[in-house]
Amino acid sequence: MGQTLFEKVWEAHAIRELRDSQTQLLIGTHLIHEVTSPQAFSMLREMGLSVAFPHRTFATVDHIIPTDQRTEPFSDPLADAMIKELRKNCVEFGITYFDVFSGKQGIVHVVGPEQGITQPGTTIACGDSHTSTHGAFGAIAFGIGTSQVRDVLATQTMAIGKLKVRRINVDGKLSAGTYAKDVILHIIRKLGVNGGNGFAYEYGGEVFDKFTMEERMSVCNMSIEGGARAGYVNPDETTYAYLEGRPYSPKGDEWMGAMKRWESYVSDSDCVYDDVVDFDAAEIQPTVTWGINPGQAVFISERLPTPETTPEDERGSLAEALEHMKLQPGQPIKGTPIQVAFLGSCTNGRLSDFKEVAKYIEGRHVAGNVKAIAVPGSQGVGAACKELGIDQIFTAAGFEWREAGCSMCLAMNPDKLVGDQLCASSSNRNFKGRQGSPTGRTVLMSPVMVAAAAIAGEITDARELFSR
Amino acid sequence: MALRKILEVSGTCVSVPGDDVDTDRIIPARYLKCVTFEGLGDFLFYDVRFEQNGEPKNYSLNDPRFDGATILICGRNFGCGSSREHAPQAIYRYGFRGIVAESFADIFFGNATTLGLPCVSASRHDLGRIRQIVESEPKCEMTIDLAAEVIRFGGDDFPGSIRPSARDALINGRWDPIGELLEGDALVKERMAQLPYPSDLTPSKIQK
Repeated sequence: MGQTLFEKVWEAHAIRELRDSQTQLLIGTHLIHEVTSPQAFSMLREMGLSVAFPHRTFATVDHIIPTDQRTEPFSDPLADAMIKELRKNCVEFGITYFDVFSGKQGIVHVVGPEQGITQPGTTIACGDSHTSTHGAFGAIAFGIGTSQVRDVLATQTMAIGKLKVRRINVDGKLSAGTYAKDVILHIIRKLGVNGGNGFAYEYGGEVFDKFTMEERMSVCNMSIEGGARAGYVNPDETTYAYLEGRPYSPKGDEWMGAMKRWESYVSDSDCVYDDVVDFDAAEIQPTVTWGINPGQAVFISERLPTPETTPEDERGSLAEALEHMKLQPGQPIKGTPIQVAFLGSCTNGRLSDFKEVAKYIEGRHVAGNVKAIAVPGSQGVGAACKELGIDQIFTAAGFEWREAGCSMCLAMNPDKLVGDQLCASSSNRNFKGRQGSPTGRTVLMSPVMVAAAAIAGEITDARELFSR
Repeated sequence: MALRKILEVSGTCVSVPGDDVDTDRIIPARYLKCVTFEGLGDFLFYDVRFEQNGEPKNYSLNDPRFDGATILICGRNFGCGSSREHAPQAIYRYGFRGIVAESFADIFFGNATTLGLPCVSASRHDLGRIRQIVESEPKCEMTIDLAAEVIRFGGDDFPGSIRPSARDALINGRWDPIGELLEGDALVKERMAQLPYPSDLTPSKIQK
């Protein structure tokens, strides 16, 4: 019987079984950032431990970094203390750190792939739930807590129970104007925000075969929003073409060997999954959220649910969501006014996202009452956009073009919603208060739909707006 | 490393309403701007507990009837969202020593267990009954018996399930795995040498 990629990578990295039916799993690549690592380094010091394999940890600064002015010290003393702490820890323990002035800084999940650090058949961990992004390369990538960051620093391993694998097939062809973001929002809507508990999601089918690496990353990124601890796509020619020539990719003779090895990790045709779910791509339409978790979503053409159309045990959640969002049951989502548009994040802050949006916004302008910001996911993405003149297209259209960081996805830096502003956002979470104001409202959607909402001043169908 | 054996947790309860209570709700991101976990308990459920001007809201955690509660009663998929350990840290540092919910998000469950904060699941039906007792008898003590997987409350025994690996780790005092992981040191070095991870990166450069 064949094996899944998950099982093969697991076997290659399982060091031994621990006493309480968990596995000591080798973590090949560890990524850290300023928010969830400082306490881990403190714990190491308290316990008199050091970093076992410093060359297998890579650091950058993303969550707290301002995206408008980068002069230090930062105006927020807490943020300033955090970047200084990260620098200190990286120097003390000999960890590679992509600092603000390196030209390589950015959101950790954008930087890893961009630098070629993320590779197929590897295990990756990071103190951030969106670490699942790296699964796009056929890596098994886990978001972990700070005590586990400590474990990985001290031992290059962590204790974890084996996951089941659910294969998610999306076959057929996506209609024009429907993107990777719509695919994952649809999957979460159908399988639920806790449907993936205990699973790794393996994404496949015709749609994933055709997807670029950046599209695969957008989907894998949000696996955790569906409750799945990890999500991945089997590596193929698209993966290898993306990785070739990147700074940390294998070079010369090693490259051919690496490709051969990576191919050996692909799920076997006769492997057995714990579960299989099929979707028809043709049925997926541009999708937007209406509530306070990513599973509360509808197609742009649909109306919001009503208590009558909602299962009894979900009616409380429906009422809570509608109250926070100031929306009515059964109303169309289309036409809902927005005040802010946010384009960026580890879900949709890559070059292809800005390139795609630039095609539509050239010659158009953001509505007068909308604040629109575009935040590249990394300095690399920012530089590539500048080289192509994309930043100019955005500023001409009325977007503020910013420096790289997590920004308004979770608003740990100065980019925040004010009061009950409603934000059309290309990010990954619409939790209450997520974007910095306790009463702020978030509607998740694809980058092109964010751009359409920014221009129309309301949530709208980008396919209609941009065909005019 | 010798850790405390957590065989049972006892105390009064407070109930937090709703399903899918996420980590941003448990501790808003603005309170993650810190380099230690100290003091995080003050910000637990901050935006649910307080108005923006700092006035307390009408919320169970602000209700004096539930002062001193050490067991948190929650709904389905509790702790979904971020991997931030700040969430269970805030719950622990506020004073909670156990959580009973219909279900837990995976990362939250693991993070909480590693702190010695047991997360036990009860059925939706039983949680309804438990919440009723909490409301009518706020000083009623609950005992979560981890070995027996039973929740004793208000004269009733409710099934309280917990993943076997977590249960065994808690009752045997092995909930923080660092000691056991460190024992695997030689095997890890050996495996690292066998796997094709580059070993020749020059460490320790702040890349300018």
